[in-house]
Amino acid sequence: MMSDLETFRAETAAWLEANCPPEMRQPMVDESDAVWGGRNPTFKPGQKEWLDVMAAKGWTVPDWPKEYGGGGLSRAETKILGQEMARLKCRSPLSSFGIWMLGPALLHFGTEAQKKHFLPPIARGEIRWCQGYSEPGSGSDLASLQTSAVDQGDHFVVNGQKIWTSYADKADWIFCLTRTDKNEKHKGISFMLFDMASEGVTTKPIVLISGQSAFCETFFDDVKVPKEYGEGVSSVVYEVNKGWDVAKYLLGHERSMISGGGSDGATSLGAKFADQYGRDEMGRLDDPMLRAQMAEMDIDVLAFRAMAERFGDTFKAGLCHPAQPNMMKYAGTEINKRRHELIMSAGGSEVLEWESEASNGGLTARSWLRTKANSIEGGTSEVMLNVVSKQILHLPGA
Amino acid sequence: MPLYLNEDQQMLHDSAAEFMKGEAPVSHLREFRDKQCKDGFSHALWKQFAEMGFTGILIGEDDGGLGMGHVEAGVVLEQIGRNLTPSPFLTTSVAGVEALNAGGKALRDKYFPGILSGDTVLALAVDEGPKHRPDQISMAATREGNGFKLDGKKQFVVQGGSADTLIVAVRTSGSAGDDKGLTLFAVDANAQGLAKNSVRLVDSAMAAHLEFDGVLVDADAVIGEVDEGDVVLRRLLNAGRSGAAAETLGVGAGAMDITVDYIKGRKQFGALIGSFQALQHRIAHLYSEMEIARATVLKAQQMLDEGSSKAELMVSVAKAKAGKATALSVKEGVQMHGGVGMTDEYDIGLYMKRDRALQEFMGDVNYHTNLVAEMHGY
Repeated sequence: MMSDLETFRAETAAWLEANCPPEMRQPMVDESDAVWGGRNPTFKPGQKEWLDVMAAKGWTVPDWPKEYGGGGLSRAETKILGQEMARLKCRSPLSSFGIWMLGPALLHFGTEAQKKHFLPPIARGEIRWCQGYSEPGSGSDLASLQTSAVDQGDHFVVNGQKIWTSYADKADWIFCLTRTDKNEKHKGISFMLFDMASEGVTTKPIVLISGQSAFCETFFDDVKVPKEYGEGVSSVVYEVNKGWDVAKYLLGHERSMISGGGSDGATSLGAKFADQYGRDEMGRLDDPMLRAQMAEMDIDVLAFRAMAERFGDTFKAGLCHPAQPNMMKYAGTEINKRRHELIMSAGGSEVLEWESEASNGGLTARSWLRTKANSIEGGTSEVMLNVVSKQILHLPGA
Repeated sequence: MPLYLNEDQQMLHDSAAEFMKGEAPVSHLREFRDKQCKDGFSHALWKQFAEMGFTGILIGEDDGGLGMGHVEAGVVLEQIGRNLTPSPFLTTSVAGVEALNAGGKALRDKYFPGILSGDTVLALAVDEGPKHRPDQISMAATREGNGFKLDGKKQFVVQGGSADTLIVAVRTSGSAGDDKGLTLFAVDANAQGLAKNSVRLVDSAMAAHLEFDGVLVDADAVIGEVDEGDVVLRRLLNAGRSGAAAETLGVGAGAMDITVDYIKGRKQFGALIGSFQALQHRIAHLYSEMEIARATVLKAQQMLDEGSSKAELMVSVAKAKAGKATALSVKEGVQMHGGVGMTDEYDIGLYMKRDRALQEFMGDVNYHTNLVAEMHGY
């Protein structure tokens, strides 16, 4: 007789086979293949159908409770769904900072009214969120942020500038750290939610060395943020001046997410490149130094994959050190950078092409340059190592 | 199966940790080194291993053992590594037993009782030169009467001088480099025609160079099938390599812990040197490498226990990753200790020596990196 989980696996596989459009079972080529939803969504063939059937089952957020638009699945069922989607090569139906970041914060810190108001539209992909954290003068030292929110009775007035706001120009709403007390540092910050269509909000994309512009500068000029969006639906998550607690919690989430070192499909770089690079008479990749580096990278990627599995398992079981996401972020991003260096090296001059159709618009080179941000965004590698030193190894302060 | 120790494994971990720390800490290694012990380990301690049940950890319950797996063997080995405990556990109870598990009941009945009681020690006669090259085995055995005659040399056989029985991998057909044509024998260490020359290694362990000059063995000394020794050897190597990776992990973790403690106590320029960012970043990086190595070793052991077809790949990944991380740990350890790191009085140097020996045992980082490329088809 099959166990409940085995039954769940069989039923899930059958449902995915029946409902996942064939286009959604092709590998993603670049970022434009991700579905972000929102008020003004863009869809390629199959994407909307896939999003809609998955959202109807609550499987865009399988482990969220059903009353907030989730699937209500247990940890074990969520893992099985992920495994079956990977096995059948089903794409993720929805990419969303609402799912990855705001959702976990609201589930942890939000009131019942806030959860009911904000979470279901995230699960359905109807509202696209962006994150307002960094400022021109507040990078690694995030808590020095200056964007002010002044209490005006039934609303706040927000003034200031954010930077590195991912897809701010395409987002509908923002979760934003603001200063609500100028006399305090960490204890003067609030975690605020407001509409990017509000008067006084402007965005300006930043062109990166990759030629892409996923990030924006975001300006707030006397933006009116209501204190409530309906009965009990406060625009501030947790409490005024307690936003740093929410931010810290979220940074942990963000750091473990960015850490997905080398998780983009191919297990073995060497196996992938040997044919196009050339083989010697023994069938080996015919540059011995490159072959050695490829094999070292294979080892690091497989090892980090085991680490990610262990991190996930211990995290869910409450056995993981609370600062461990910092280690994961450090290790994962550093591996990913090295991996893309190696891909460039294997590709030679071919991957220098920047615009040609053959190079898919310079995708390899642009991706390589993009990875350089991995160890800067969400906390630099140096800050991660500081946190590990202090919080895990308990080394003395300077 | 989640990638952390379950409750039973955690209990085993706790009792192994307490046992090694209590009965065989680093001072125990120093004692046996200083008295120039010819076997390099304490037979009394080996008896205590048996009383704890450790010696039969991979022996099936039907054969009187604990019937546990590679994860559990690794749990014990990590504590051996942490305490630099000298013992024949890895060669006897892990790799040796795993080879015998591939053999018939008669062989198991012959050797397992002595291993369970802590009387028997096994050594692995695989390597024929200073580097681990099991695919290049050329020592041969020829048929002689009802049995076989062994002629040739084996080198750097750890515990080879003190073992009661040698697991010997030789060619019975084909030539060096062929997959098939190997046969594994269980050979009595006192067999006629076998000459042993023991040498002390950098970590105070004893290894032996063996010369087989017409050594006669019965047909029932064959482990598994004649010419099908690759199957047995593979089990022996997977167990030995993942076990060595676990012991290495313990060495690296132990070295890191004493180094962290040291830099928390040493003052220079009026400050604890552990407050300097130049050291903090390096040791935090080391922590990260050790954590990854730990996950990798456990993953390889779980895959071996599950009988996964990818286990062999992960074993090589684990041996290489644990080797790299621990090499970093002992090197950073000595450097951060400064001058006292060079003295015999401080333990960190002993960790460096054990790491060096474990690196070579059953294939170093380069060897396993090459295997990973081969297994990936490039």
